[in-house]
Amino acid sequence: MEEIAVLGVGMHPWGKWGRNFVEYGTAAANEALGDAGVDWNDVGFVSGAITVRCGYPGYVAGSTFARALGFNGAQVASSYAACASGATALSVARGQILSGATDVALVVGADTTPKGFLAPNEGDRPDDMDWLRFKLVGATNPVYFGLQARRRMDLYGATSEDFARVKVKNSRHSVHNPRARFTKEYDIDDVANSPVVSDPLRLLDICATSDGGAALVVSSMDYARDRGVSDPVRVAGISTVTPTFPDTVIDLPYLATDSAAQTAPPARGFKASIADRVYAEAGLGPDDVDVAEVYDLSSALELDWYEQLGFCEVGEAEKLLRDGVTTIGGRLPVNPSGGLGAFGEAVPAQAIAQVCELTWQLRGQAQARQVEGARVGITANQGLFGHGSSVLVRR
Amino acid sequence: MAPDSFASASASASASADTGSPVKTRVPVVEGMHTTEGEPHLIGAKLAGRETYFFPKHLAGGDPAVNGPQDLEEVLLSRRGRVWSYTTSNYQPPPPFVAATDPYEPITIAAVELHKEQMVILGQCVAGVTPDDLSVGTEVELVIDTLYEDDEHEYLVWKWRPVSGDQ
Repeated sequence: MEEIAVLGVGMHPWGKWGRNFVEYGTAAANEALGDAGVDWNDVGFVSGAITVRCGYPGYVAGSTFARALGFNGAQVASSYAACASGATALSVARGQILSGATDVALVVGADTTPKGFLAPNEGDRPDDMDWLRFKLVGATNPVYFGLQARRRMDLYGATSEDFARVKVKNSRHSVHNPRARFTKEYDIDDVANSPVVSDPLRLLDICATSDGGAALVVSSMDYARDRGVSDPVRVAGISTVTPTFPDTVIDLPYLATDSAAQTAPPARGFKASIADRVYAEAGLGPDDVDVAEVYDLSSALELDWYEQLGFCEVGEAEKLLRDGVTTIGGRLPVNPSGGLGAFGEAVPAQAIAQVCELTWQLRGQAQARQVEGARVGITANQGLFGHGSSVLVRR
Repeated sequence: MAPDSFASASASASASADTGSPVKTRVPVVEGMHTTEGEPHLIGAKLAGRETYFFPKHLAGGDPAVNGPQDLEEVLLSRRGRVWSYTTSNYQPPPPFVAATDPYEPITIAAVELHKEQMVILGQCVAGVTPDDLSVGTEVELVIDTLYEDDEHEYLVWKWRPVSGDQ
């Protein structure tokens, strides 16, 4: 797959600021434009990642950010793919660049989240799967995380201490990240003493919901070269595949999986297929990866990603963690940013923020959390309704 | 734990009659998801000519082996399966969830793979079941039970109940 250049990145710090999401996205966009040295008036395409909790879907995200920056006549689009929205917005921008429709694009997402559980829209909505799962079962997001964690314990012998160790590792990383919302270092006892939310997961195993914004300025390789940027971080692959029928792993927001009575499940499940696609586009494999930013909606889900991304065999993630491989200083650090455990999820910004962190890592600009010599990085995330994404960047 | 020790799913209306309370009308929380009389079953959809099932019927997906319209017929899903995984909700879920008790008591939730349809279906477990009673592979059956009540109604939903022995 032909590559595009990441010219600039920007992030508004994550927190619980309670202000309009447009403010976070605009701040991130301005930082990314400044980082790229690109004049806003030269941006030919604005790709917004949509939040759905702000009235009109993110006040129709792409145009909202374009207006806040001052309408400049750029083409515009907005993408919604739940947690993968940011990667989808990046994918749309890549398509515009590689088709020749524009040379340089702005990708931006931001969110303002309410306190407590993410919940469905109000009203009597029996045709909405997201409403049904709360109404009929009480299946909050942590319930799905708990199912995944418990199955890991019963099948692979994972323990609560293993899960806590993920949180401990990521909290150590977060101490060095001024953009993270939570920068306190936790130990295993802190996690073990936090209340159970969805057995076996405790409060400190589960990510919060946050306010935040992130942005990328991306361009054609020719545009980068013409500006004297000879060795930019490049996007080598983007995967936004759907599951392949039958998907037999229960996931948000469904009450049931597909049926495998007629057709056997594919050899590679949904999450593994997300990774397969991005590796194929990039012409790289798991052995090439130096650093990863993965979706630790729960501590146990980070372990699952080690396996889905091919860092180890199924059932061996806990060993990889215990051996220190995924800690900064190890062979393949995961979530050097601190991950969702340190950020809390700002849905449309999160997949973009992952690319921001990897860009800093590949440029050698991550300061005290730097992964030495990182040349290839991968992101992974998964959201509601069969959405998921992975982005592979290289230097 | 023997299944008899878990809450019975079928005697609630007659029990309230025995205690002199007015008999409440039993209605499903959402119409068309499960039976409310006779044997308990979820109401699903099946692709004509294929062993492909969906739940719920009104939000069925498709099978990519079928090119063109998915010819779905209504079907009662089988009611026995094995636990795929299980968890709890220790904090009260937000609306539209309605708690059965005040104050809220943690609920146990299981994802169960039906033997016949080979699909995993989420549901609460009947009262009294905790994670200590379950493992991946525990044999369970579907029952129709009360999710919550008001002065006139018992609102019904499907739940999972462990089966004695490992059949």
